[in-house]
Amino acid sequence: MPTRIFGEPIKRAEDPRLLTGRGRFVDDIDLPGQLHVAFLRSPHAHARARSIDASAARAMDGVVAVWTYADIGPCQRRMPLLIPHPDLTHPYTRFALARDEVNHVGEPVVMVIAESRYLAEDALEAIVVDWEELPPVVDIEAAVRPDAPLVHEELGTNVAAHYVGIVGDPDRAFAAAAHVFRERLVIERSASMPIEPRAVLASWDDTSGVLHVWDTTQAPIVIRNALAALFGLAPTQVHVVAPDVGGGFGGKIMVYPEEVLVPYAALALRRPVKWTEDRFEHFVGTNHERLQIHDAEIAVDTEGRILGVRDRFLHDAGAYTPYGIIVPIITACQLPGPYKVANYHVEFRAVYSNTVPVSPYRGAGRPHACFVMERLMDRVADELGLDRAEVRQRNFIQPDEFPYDVGLIFQDGAPTRYDSGNYPAMLDRLLQEMDYHRLASEELPRLRAEGRYVGLGIACYVEGTGIGPYEGAHVRVEPTGHVYVATGMPQQGQAHRTVLAQIVAEELQVPVETVHVIEGDTAHFEFGSGTYASRSAVVAGSAVSLAARSVREQGLRLAAEELEVDPADLLVEDGRVFVRGAPERGFTWAQLAQLANPLRYAYAGDLAVRPRPWSGPALPPGRQPALEATEYYSPPHATWASGAVGAVIEVDPATGLLQFHRLWVVHDCGKVINPMVVEGQIHGGIAQGIGGAFYERLHYDQNGQLLNASFMDFLIPTAMEIPRIEVSHIETPSPLNPLGVKGVGEAGAIPLPALVAAAVEDALRPFQVHVTHMPLSPDELLRLIHREA
Amino acid sequence: MSTNGVERKRIRLTVNGAPVEREVEARLLLSDFLRHELGLTGTHVGCEHGVCGACTVLVDGEPARSCLMFAIQADGHIVETVEGLAASDDALHPLQRAFWEKHGLQCGYCTPGMLMVLKAFLAENPNPTEGEVREAISGNLCRCTGYQNIVEAALEAARLLRQHS
Repeated sequence: MPTRIFGEPIKRAEDPRLLTGRGRFVDDIDLPGQLHVAFLRSPHAHARARSIDASAARAMDGVVAVWTYADIGPCQRRMPLLIPHPDLTHPYTRFALARDEVNHVGEPVVMVIAESRYLAEDALEAIVVDWEELPPVVDIEAAVRPDAPLVHEELGTNVAAHYVGIVGDPDRAFAAAAHVFRERLVIERSASMPIEPRAVLASWDDTSGVLHVWDTTQAPIVIRNALAALFGLAPTQVHVVAPDVGGGFGGKIMVYPEEVLVPYAALALRRPVKWTEDRFEHFVGTNHERLQIHDAEIAVDTEGRILGVRDRFLHDAGAYTPYGIIVPIITACQLPGPYKVANYHVEFRAVYSNTVPVSPYRGAGRPHACFVMERLMDRVADELGLDRAEVRQRNFIQPDEFPYDVGLIFQDGAPTRYDSGNYPAMLDRLLQEMDYHRLASEELPRLRAEGRYVGLGIACYVEGTGIGPYEGAHVRVEPTGHVYVATGMPQQGQAHRTVLAQIVAEELQVPVETVHVIEGDTAHFEFGSGTYASRSAVVAGSAVSLAARSVREQGLRLAAEELEVDPADLLVEDGRVFVRGAPERGFTWAQLAQLANPLRYAYAGDLAVRPRPWSGPALPPGRQPALEATEYYSPPHATWASGAVGAVIEVDPATGLLQFHRLWVVHDCGKVINPMVVEGQIHGGIAQGIGGAFYERLHYDQNGQLLNASFMDFLIPTAMEIPRIEVSHIETPSPLNPLGVKGVGEAGAIPLPALVAAAVEDALRPFQVHVTHMPLSPDELLRLIHREA
Repeated sequence: MSTNGVERKRIRLTVNGAPVEREVEARLLLSDFLRHELGLTGTHVGCEHGVCGACTVLVDGEPARSCLMFAIQADGHIVETVEGLAASDDALHPLQRAFWEKHGLQCGYCTPGMLMVLKAFLAENPNPTEGEVREAISGNLCRCTGYQNIVEAALEAARLLRQHS
């Protein structure tokens, strides 16, 4: 029997190194003669530098260079607009160092390069900038008024993009509706906040003519290509490695100023150069996400069936739009969630403000969408006196309605087309896990009778995952029996080295420990785009699977030839290819790799290949000297994962604090490669979702100063705030890819604001609290309780 | 003594059982000393203001934020880092084994700090409740795991350690 490896909770290959302090994160790498960088960053949200005097800094001991915009050669061109969109009519990207105007606190202005980071920071103190302050734009509702000051004067508007998506006939649906309910819903600004800040190390190797770059990026191939284009180097002259990366969650996918400036310094100064972000820099220099203000309305019939949804929202783009309008497009496309919304009008404006630019953070527009839709569903239930679960059941897309077209074009340019799912079963499973009806009819009334404020909430979501364009993989069986796997995908903790190895080990029936996955290194694989949008397992995993299948076929063909049997009579088991019913007639994969490769030299005594009589070229036409394959997988469109969450939450009306009694998740990401890893992803997403529901909010004041730019003031939940999470799975395989998998990376982060809103509102029914704003906080809860009591 | 106006001082300490003697700038952080002078890069730096706990090491057996200490403050003291936790490459510490078994890490960046805090905690409280474990690690931020598997791993490590003793 073949050994089952795919689907097993195999322990991670990554862990022994990381557990013993032998991980290699970028800042762990020190090169001889290395210089260090510190950046002078704008203290103002909106200002113009009249003059910069860096003469005193340049004269300091240990300072090698102090650069302003004038000094950065090829980096003087504007940073790239990575993802254009026709509706992004007013794109704007920055200069790597501000040319004259700065548009957010934290924007890099001067680059100091010194013998140590300490000396580089000393030199920052000696730089004098004469600033002319300009009016800051912070409030995005004010920013769209005609008289508003402008973030970018030359654009003539603060509106970067205006998007309208219409499905069906929403106006007619609303006119005919029995009920229409409106909500104004806000989800505030937050950020990825990986515990490892960003870092870049670069070194020019004069011997080989190669620029080596170590970067905490989610997309090393993108960085390699951007640097080659910028510096006029052949792509093979730029080698980018994302080694161990300490969490990304979206914030590390970009081409940031530091990612071009540090390599440029290494080129220009011919010495290794390193920059490591400190936490304050991370707060003001690494992209944020989340702020959107929605005016949404839902039209339903008397039974609570959805007739139409209309939503107009403002999306805070921050100061620049290097990542286009990916985040609000995802919000717009995913807003209908698992429900049939035949008539839908969605419209947004992406608005510039003098704040850190916005690009995806785990969830990437989806938590916003889920919050809006689930709040509307709760409202419908409450207004019509229906159970909140029942309203959802009445509106789900049914299992026989897939593929289901939402009717809009998704972030990847493909249709928003759900491939598979079983939403009614998913919610049923959740209610069963929760013992929902007993909770609602017995447990909660009992607790409430004791004077406790406990509430029950549920929320459902879908997640478009595994988008294109494509990823590739190379798989090769070595003559030692090791299997080498390379992809263009880097990792930041998602266990690719384990799960990709499982895919190969299953296909070749070899021990998973013999499969060595190398990723995040452009010297090993040169095509692909990176890890984002919950796509690694789906897109890279499928490419790995196709390549492994090809190698398996090659092995079968070769064995059949050697054994003079039909390939159909061969079995692949126990790390061997052998004749069915005659297991002694066969080869190990190591032997097959040696057979494939007619060597001139014997490296070891046990070579499978003995000298044989001449019969033509050692490698006949069509044969290659290795069992190896490179394959690419390009999905036709996203594959749609889904989930349902439930919670019992207690609120203390005296302190405004909340506590989870229980938290349940039912998740469907199709076929599961490694359940342990999948659950870990869900746990982590949920924790970030709880952060986004109650703790994490980036506070800008009206001057564009970020008031809580430290871990003292921006509250990432600790082990005390995150409850035990009870996860169960259902499995509707994706028909789109060879593995049947769907992505899971962002899942947990999506429904938590909606869930907490629902449960808190339920807990505070005696106060008639209505939750329309995320995140909540103790202050906000007390305000809601007392205003409405 | 001083060069370029920056005071330097000779320090002697024990790091992972071995004596270390170095001359360092007075302002050099212990975290930077361990990482960039001694090459012990398992100790990670996440915030440099003493909140995230990634840089936690043991100083005389007590957890300490190495980003909030100068190297010269460790003069004469015993410092333990994650590199000293396993007796050898094939003899992982029970905490390390339990973290591996229970999937207690994802990116691995907060992990060394978690391990060091838990080492001290389990020495003090060999049979903790889940709540006590959560409190013990509440000074260490993890952005990947949602903590649940870290808690499981800590409880499993406690069990393994009790078996050993």
